[in-house]
Amino acid sequence: MMPKLPFLNKQKSTASTADRSEIYRASRRDFLKIGSLAAGGFVLGINFQCSGPKGELITFAPNVFVSIGSDNIVTIVAHRSEMGTGIRTSLPMIVADELGADWSLVKIVQAEGDEDKYGNQNTDGSFSIRMFYEPMKKAGAAARQMLVKAAAAEWKVDPSECDTEASHVILKGGSKKIPFGDLVSQIQTMELPKDEELVMKDFSAYKLVGKDVPIYDLKDIATGKAVFGADVNLPNMLIAVVRRSPVVGAKVISFNDEKALAIPGVKKVVKIEGGGDPPPLDQPLEGIAVLAENTWAAIKGSEALEVEWDLGVNQSYNSAAQLQEMVKSTAKSGTVKRERGDFSQAKASAGKTFEKTYLAPFYAHATVEPPAAIADVKADGSVEIWAPSQHPQWAKGAVAGALGVDVTKVRINVTLLGGGFGRKSKPDYVVEAALLSKAAGVPVRVQWTRSCDLHHDFYHSHSAQRIVATLDAAGNLTGWNHHTVFPAIGSGLTAAPPSDGELDLGCRDFPYDVPNIRIESHESTAHTRIGWLRSVSNIHHAFATSSMLDEIAESKGLDPVEQAIQLLGEDRDLVFAGEMVGDYGNYGEKIEDFPWSTGRMKKVIETVAEKSNWKANLAAGKAIGFAAHKSFLTYVACVVTVEKDAAGNLVIPEVHYAVDCGIPVNTDRIRSQFEGGAQFATSLATTSAITLENGKVVQNNFDTYQIIRMPQAPKKIHVHIIPSMEKPTGVGEPPVPPFIPALANAVYKLTGKRNYELPIKA
Amino acid sequence: MENYKLSINGKTQEVTASEDMPLLWVIRDLLDMKGTKFGCGQALCGACTVHLDGEAVRSCSLPISEVGAGKITTIEGLSEDGSHPLQKAWVEHVVPQCGYCQSGQIMNAAALLTKNPSPSEADIEAAMEGNLCRCGTYNRIKDAIVTASQSL
Repeated sequence: MMPKLPFLNKQKSTASTADRSEIYRASRRDFLKIGSLAAGGFVLGINFQCSGPKGELITFAPNVFVSIGSDNIVTIVAHRSEMGTGIRTSLPMIVADELGADWSLVKIVQAEGDEDKYGNQNTDGSFSIRMFYEPMKKAGAAARQMLVKAAAAEWKVDPSECDTEASHVILKGGSKKIPFGDLVSQIQTMELPKDEELVMKDFSAYKLVGKDVPIYDLKDIATGKAVFGADVNLPNMLIAVVRRSPVVGAKVISFNDEKALAIPGVKKVVKIEGGGDPPPLDQPLEGIAVLAENTWAAIKGSEALEVEWDLGVNQSYNSAAQLQEMVKSTAKSGTVKRERGDFSQAKASAGKTFEKTYLAPFYAHATVEPPAAIADVKADGSVEIWAPSQHPQWAKGAVAGALGVDVTKVRINVTLLGGGFGRKSKPDYVVEAALLSKAAGVPVRVQWTRSCDLHHDFYHSHSAQRIVATLDAAGNLTGWNHHTVFPAIGSGLTAAPPSDGELDLGCRDFPYDVPNIRIESHESTAHTRIGWLRSVSNIHHAFATSSMLDEIAESKGLDPVEQAIQLLGEDRDLVFAGEMVGDYGNYGEKIEDFPWSTGRMKKVIETVAEKSNWKANLAAGKAIGFAAHKSFLTYVACVVTVEKDAAGNLVIPEVHYAVDCGIPVNTDRIRSQFEGGAQFATSLATTSAITLENGKVVQNNFDTYQIIRMPQAPKKIHVHIIPSMEKPTGVGEPPVPPFIPALANAVYKLTGKRNYELPIKA
Repeated sequence: MENYKLSINGKTQEVTASEDMPLLWVIRDLLDMKGTKFGCGQALCGACTVHLDGEAVRSCSLPISEVGAGKITTIEGLSEDGSHPLQKAWVEHVVPQCGYCQSGQIMNAAALLTKNPSPSEADIEAAMEGNLCRCGTYNRIKDAIVTASQSL
């Protein structure tokens, strides 16, 4: 089953703004449960011990996200998965700020996967802040108003005379104050404020939102105490390492486990049945699991297995050959997915035509934490899971389906994720743990090795694109024809084009004011598992689009920054009316709510040019490159500087980003996502590629699938955040797409050679 | 299977393990100390870095039989309370994103500063090259190491 993916979603109901006001509400029974959870002492991933003797703590929780104890501790539930974006800090700090809590007295607990209770927990598509900014404010405001009401009643004043500050209600003027905790018992029977009665603080009153707030888990991480997926230890637990089908679709003919079972510590060997074609996103690949008392015995056991495979239909697949086929298909006419004006006419009357083909490889996510999950399938049929999951609700359903139990029997605890980038949305490894625990009758941790991870990922698709651009006799850009082909997410052996949702990511939403635009897609087939990687098809679409724009600007002797501003035209909101063939997804949002604003894009371009000293550096002949790209509703422009060191290695001394993500929530985490995004994109642009030969992934470990190391990282990364009161949007993915063409354009300046294929050669 | 006596974080620990078991799995599975992480199994990523007699080593590729009487320090033993200058600098610069590689980064940096208390940027890059970070915290790691070195 495909999950609901807001960035690919045709049905907008799960992500649309209209639904969100309902999310924060909960029944009294629900928050009492959370209250007792907080008081219970231990919740995975954090240690929470309330002060005071057992039994004395009273809690008050106006909704599932916040509870306040008589010990004056405010407990806030983080319901989105923490994989490095800082969301476990950034959403709770909105609640705390609206409530008026003392941040140092706030405890954060991680929610289990439960959609009925928390709403959407699919931590993907850079939409946590976008979707939950308002609900978090309401969660905090509801609690604040009740506390204020209680204090006002005690002081016999009007509630408007009171406010909250540092976990106290204060009487204006400061003559009286009372800690939240002292009001908890009075509030137990108070009625919850209605939605329309909630009054939010003015933005200027926030003490956390809009500022640098350090991540909640900082000290735990620095001392090695933070709990990741593989760190949970259960009594009698066995560790499983799986030998999976080396080619997607391969089936086990026979296996001999004699040598594996002879290894001390190995307890059991279990076969896992694999899915069909297309390979399901939420089920395991076929494999043989070795279960042992420790990880090392399991690794050795899996290596000692003798397995005879029927390698199936994909055994003759070679990715390089497919890429050449894809190039050929882009040379033909495809299926038109967006049409403005008449491109054929523009081409026929063109003074000059550019035609270039762009290639990008498969990429693996290569999170430093390989997938791991723990399952405890109990004798009564109930199941408890611990997993570093981006999408615990999907994992929960997938486990229930695989075991044939009702979903209410499955409880899933979410640990910290040692990186996600889209890989840990897919619950295949969680299902493996559940199947193996059921077979073994004890808790099982499934542990992927690095070769498991690189060989059996859900890869970012390789791609071929052909862009034809036309200029009229006066040099105006009159036509833009973008052909794109790549094996689609979730596709298989049946030829299919990219989905509309994938085309919406940096291809169909081409924003420039060109009179004739034609976007065409082409079909291909998938011979491995295709998933999504940080910023998805924006990666290759932005590379092609912004590389071509740079080439056009150069031919005209025009500054590419000036060209972008000219081509964006007047400040206006684009809605692409009547041009899209099929649904335009707009990242799950109504285009009226989040239109494509050329003015906001021009502002980030102007800002990055100014801050990077673009004009002077350009005049000085520096090797600088520029690109601008909006993705996930966030506007980004990027300038990259390159040079070579004495040994001839490419060095990136400086990167400048300007970003408009609406209201900036946690400015430190916005900067860190851009710093990290530049480094992640440097890997995609310069070092990483997955290839398949005879159906098998060639790369085994970080020696052959290379991600950048410290010397290759950009030396200085400057992030300029546009002050904004627009609706906040996410920053996890948007740094990646523009960086790659900005780097490629800078490398061209340095070497005089354009790169049309990733990873680039400098 | 053999019996081994290990000195870890100043304590003697007795374990029974096969002689080829990497120190990483001894630490994580047999001793249940989870701060040291598994990333690649081939000494390519540095997530498993610990100290053996003060030297940074990749515990995923060091068989227990080769540890001998060497003194092992893991992230849990770097300081009692997170007060090592590097840990303080990590907090000051808010270095981590996902955090998974950071135990290894800190342990590797600690070994660097022991040998070279005032490393140049080039020294830091050369010493830290073996530690991968996929989130992209290299810049802040570098800044934190400089801050820690100035406080030594």
